Amino acid sequence: MNIKVLGPGCMNCKTLEARTVEALAALNMTATVEKIVEYADIATYGIMKTPGLVLDGKIVVQGHVPTVEKIMEILKSSTVTAI
Amino acid sequence: MNKFVEKNKLAIALLSLPIWLALYLSLDGLTHALVYSLLSLPPDTHLTNAIYFFIFEVPKVLLLLTLIVFIIGIIRTYFSPEKTRAALEGKPLFIGNIMASMLGIVTPFCSCSAIPLFLGFVEAGIPLGVTFSFLIAAPMINEVAIVLLFGLFGWETALLYVSTGLIIAISAGWVIGRLKLERYVEEWVYKIKTDHTGMQEEHLSAGDRIDRGVDALRDVVGKVWVYIMIGIAVGAGVHGYVPENFMAGIMGKTAWWSVPLSVLIGIPMYSNAAGIIPIVQALLGKGAALGTALAFMMAVIGLSLPEMIILKKVLKIQLIAAFAGIVGIGIMLVGYIFNFIY
Repeated sequence: MNIKVLGPGCMNCKTLEARTVEALAALNMTATVEKIVEYADIATYGIMKTPGLVLDGKIVVQGHVPTVEKIMEILKSSTVTAI
Repeated sequence: MNKFVEKNKLAIALLSLPIWLALYLSLDGLTHALVYSLLSLPPDTHLTNAIYFFIFEVPKVLLLLTLIVFIIGIIRTYFSPEKTRAALEGKPLFIGNIMASMLGIVTPFCSCSAIPLFLGFVEAGIPLGVTFSFLIAAPMINEVAIVLLFGLFGWETALLYVSTGLIIAISAGWVIGRLKLERYVEEWVYKIKTDHTGMQEEHLSAGDRIDRGVDALRDVVGKVWVYIMIGIAVGAGVHGYVPENFMAGIMGKTAWWSVPLSVLIGIPMYSNAAGIIPIVQALLGKGAALGTALAFMMAVIGLSLPEMIILKKVLKIQLIAAFAGIVGIGIMLVGYIFNFIY
C-alpha cells in the first residue's frame, strides 16, 4: 500500500503522520509512508485543506486529524476492497 | 470513548445546553459571593476591583468561547472549501466578492491551508479579487474574536466588528480585482495540473458532526485559554490600577495620528484574537478611542508577517504589498469613521 501524508509542516500534518505510523504498527501492516511538503506537489492532489491522507492515490482524509482508531478503520477498509 | 457516550452523543450535547445556561447566569452571583463573602476582600480597592474583574471575566469568556466554538465547529461541517469554490465559480465580480467574504467566515480555515485553498480557487477560475475577499475575511472574522467582543463589550461591538470586517473584505477584494494584479501571482500557480479523480465526497453522520465540534473545542479552546487568562489578567491589572483617561493622550480621539500608527504597528504583529482583545478592552476603559482600538485589533488579527511570508510562495512581493496596503487603508478608514461617530 502506498500512503502519502500531505502537509507543509504544521502541527496537524505532523500529528497525522505520527498517528498513521502508529495505526500501521497497531495493525501489523507495512506500507511506505511518504510526506509531501511542497505546495506545488500538494496542489496536484486537489485538496484545499491540509493535512491530507492519500491511500494508493485516493484521498481518504482531508482537513482534519482523525484519531489513531479512526485511521486504523480507514486502513482496514481500504485493504478489504483491494482484495 | 465508552459505549454509553458514543450512543448518546446527541442527547448529551443537547443536555449540556441548559447546564451551560445555568452556569452562565449564575456567574455574577457566584463571583460576588466568592470575592466579598468567601475571600472577604475590602470593597472598592484597586486590588479588589482587579480581582473581581478577573474572577468574573475568565469563566464568562471561557463559557462563551466553549459554546460558540462548539456550535460553529458543527456549522462548519456543512461547509467545505470544495462547496465554497463551487458556489463561487462563475459569479459576477461584486457579487462574488460579497459571497466570498461571507463564506470566508463559515468555511473552515486554518492559516496553513491558505495556500492549498488559494491554489484550488485559482484553478477553478475564481477571479483573484474574489479569492482575496475570502482570504481577508476568513482570518479576521473568526469566532474567537466575535465571542470575546461579545463577552467583553456587548453584542453591538461584536456586530460592528463583523460588519466592518465584511465591508473591508468585500471592498479590498474588489479593489484588488480591479487593479488587475494577476501578473503578480507566481507563474507556477497557473500551471498546476490537478488530478481530481482521487476526490471523494465526505458523508458525515450527526455523531461525526458532534465529534468535529468537540475536535474544534479541543483545538481552539485548548490553544487559546492560556492567552485569554493572561490577557484578562493584564486587563484586570489595567482596570484596577491604571487611572482613567491615561490612554486618552496616546490613543484618544484628539491624536489623529493614533489611527495610522496603530494600524502600522498592528499589521506585522501576530496574535490570535484571544491575546489581544482583553488588552484592548483595558485600553478602551482608560480612554483609548473606539476607532483606534478597533483598527489596531483588525490590523493585528487580520494581517501578520507570518501570513505574508507564507503567501510569498504563491504571490510576488508587489501583490503582497498591495494586499497589505489596501487592507491597511481600509482598516484605517474604519478607525477614523468610528472615532468620528463616537
